[in-house]
Amino acid sequence: MDFRLTEDQRALKAAMRELLEARFDRDALRAAVERPELDRSLWRALGDAGFFSLRLPEREGGVGLGLPEAVLVFEEAGRALLPGPLVATHLAAGTVEGAATGESVVTRVDGALVAWLDEADHVLGDASDATAIRSLDPLTPLHRTGGTRTATAVEAVLLSAAEQLGSAARSTDLAVQHARDREQFGQPVGAFQAVKHLCADMLVRTEVARAAVYAAAVTGDPYEIAGAKLLADEAAVRGARDCLQVHGGMGFTWEADVHLHLKRAWVRAGQWQSAQQAAETLASAL
Amino acid sequence: MDLTYTDEEEAFRARLREWLAVSLPKLPPKPDPLDWPARRSYDTAWQRMLYDAGYAGLHWPEAAGGRGATPTQHLIYLEETEKAGAPYVGANFVGLLHAGPTIAAEGTPGQRARWLPPVLRGDEIWCQGFSEPDAGSDLASLRTKAVRDGDDYVVTGSKIWTSHAEVADWCELLVRTDPEAPKHRGITWLAMPMDAPGITVRPLRTLAGSAEFAEVFLDEVRVPAANRVGAENDGWRVTMVTLSFERGTAFVGEVVACRRTLTELAATARQNGTWDDATIRRQLGLLNAEFTALWRLTQWNVSESQRVGGVPGTGGSVFKLRYSHARQELYDTAARVLGPDSLDLDREWTLDRLSSLSYTIAAGTSQIQRNIVAERILGLPKGR
Ligand SMILES: Cc1cc2nc3c(=O)[nH]c(=O)nc-3n(C[C@H](O)[C@H](O)[C@H](O)COP(=O)(O)OP(=O)(O)OC[C@H]3O[C@@H](n4cnc5c(N)ncnc54)[C@H](O)[C@@H]3O)c2cc1C
Repeated sequence: MDFRLTEDQRALKAAMRELLEARFDRDALRAAVERPELDRSLWRALGDAGFFSLRLPEREGGVGLGLPEAVLVFEEAGRALLPGPLVATHLAAGTVEGAATGESVVTRVDGALVAWLDEADHVLGDASDATAIRSLDPLTPLHRTGGTRTATAVEAVLLSAAEQLGSAARSTDLAVQHARDREQFGQPVGAFQAVKHLCADMLVRTEVARAAVYAAAVTGDPYEIAGAKLLADEAAVRGARDCLQVHGGMGFTWEADVHLHLKRAWVRAGQWQSAQQAAETLASAL
Repeated sequence: MDLTYTDEEEAFRARLREWLAVSLPKLPPKPDPLDWPARRSYDTAWQRMLYDAGYAGLHWPEAAGGRGATPTQHLIYLEETEKAGAPYVGANFVGLLHAGPTIAAEGTPGQRARWLPPVLRGDEIWCQGFSEPDAGSDLASLRTKAVRDGDDYVVTGSKIWTSHAEVADWCELLVRTDPEAPKHRGITWLAMPMDAPGITVRPLRTLAGSAEFAEVFLDEVRVPAANRVGAENDGWRVTMVTLSFERGTAFVGEVVACRRTLTELAATARQNGTWDDATIRRQLGLLNAEFTALWRLTQWNVSESQRVGGVPGTGGSVFKLRYSHARQELYDTAARVLGPDSLDLDREWTLDRLSSLSYTIAAGTSQIQRNIVAERILGLPKGR
């Protein structure tokens, strides 16, 4: 047993971070907030980098890697707040034309909601009665449908958990950075225990979620995946809230990125598997 | 990321299982939890069985009388012994998890030869004399003083919350040898024989009703200078080796035990109808996620320690913070499942619920753990 990332896995994760730093930096993020069409050239760049075809066998033109590797790149996507129906398109690689290469944008109806409907080239599920709503999250356009969630692929649950993990880790970093820089009463606010302990708890939740998400990716066990989603949702949502608190008034602004993490985390917490569903699934395993 | 075990590791597991299946039935009946001498003999008898079978000090280095097993083999050992319902380390805790590893890391060859084999054989029991009435979280402010007199230190002061003091043969004792130096630099680590003249042990009753820890009064106790581990005034550093051990691997077996308790709890809930209460049922589901993740975090930490060479670092603080809280949640949930029976001390889990209350205090309170995580992992500044 050696649970640590292999050299290759580390390199893959680092390469994904580099790609996003180059192609989706803070300016690009803020531009995406104000002008929420999908950046198709970025989508194709993701395709070229193997983001969507990562788990397709090599003979089908894929990269031939597995869920653990997919989890690592989705974690980076979550960290960068990368927009778009990433999970749906990734899962459609190999079955929907153009998904693997990033030429198509694929979305999937998830219960009563569907994300990125207007941008999608392919829609999986019935969105005939969908009506647009003013989405809480500026980075996720949403439509409301009359449907209810039926079965979800466990991979979708796991990959969105990985995005939540990345977001939780980023919120922790942002909070720690601010706590070091911002001074009040003649010292960094991070020297106050009330602030320090918020940050410590953010890290604990993130690291527990990390162990759960990575292990679930290795075993592929549906119960572990349900647990990983539950814990990663909590780490992302509570992490973003605490990050907001640490930022004070700045945290309540449109300008700071904190709210983007919180809103995205709220959207994802309801996606593919709700907390109630996860808890019921996990209870049934006992 | 590899969670599979090698053939060698699986063979180790199989041998251990076989041995446990044959050996556990030979154990005497469990002693009365309030009878400390009986508990001591039960715990030491088990340790002796482990020793005879070659499982004592499994992950200790061979130079310290151990077996030099890898952290992963040690993890398998902790998992399998707990699954088989083997006794917990109990009274051997300090010897095996604190004092022993400290002596193994910092002691001279002579000191290792004197103290380690009896710990591994279950012949001698250790206790930990660190905390004092005025030095708890701020351990380095301890005041029990030791003055050099010829070949001895003469020790005067008092210790508190000393677990297993009544049945211990030795005490790993922190004393102040230089009152002038900054507080971390005037501390020395001594091995004190508990039968030395001048020691008075006064048991303290815990909220669970048992006398698990004690006050230890020291009145001019003579401790040979040869019993000092590490240099004079270097005891703080020597101690930190011990404390990081405590936080790193001490709870592995307990996580396995909690997962078993959770399964039993679900079975009880199904029987008594509380399962139909969605909040209780979902809380059980949540705890399932929690303890599964804690097990995975353990594997993560063990994999990390394999790389850094044994001594678990700050990862232990992350684990302890979450685990101590989860354990309290588990027994609070048990109380919801049991309803009125949760007030009956003779019911299973009632005493466990009480003892779980110490988990956020002993071995560094949760507040202190958060300080450690924030300052040593996240690099936040110390307050003024
Ligand atoms: C069951 C049990 C067994 C034990 N066994 C042993 C043993 O065998 N040997 C031994 O030496 N000790 C033992 N202890 C003692 C244990 O290590 C101490 O209780 C612990 O370190 C806390 O010290 P304290 O009790 O003095 O509390 P205090 O340090 O007085 O703490 C009181 C409160 O103040 C908070 N606090 C203190 N300092 C800070 C700070 N800097 N920042 C934020 N909050 C702070 C604490 O978190 C706590 O909530 C045992 C304790 C228990 C409960």
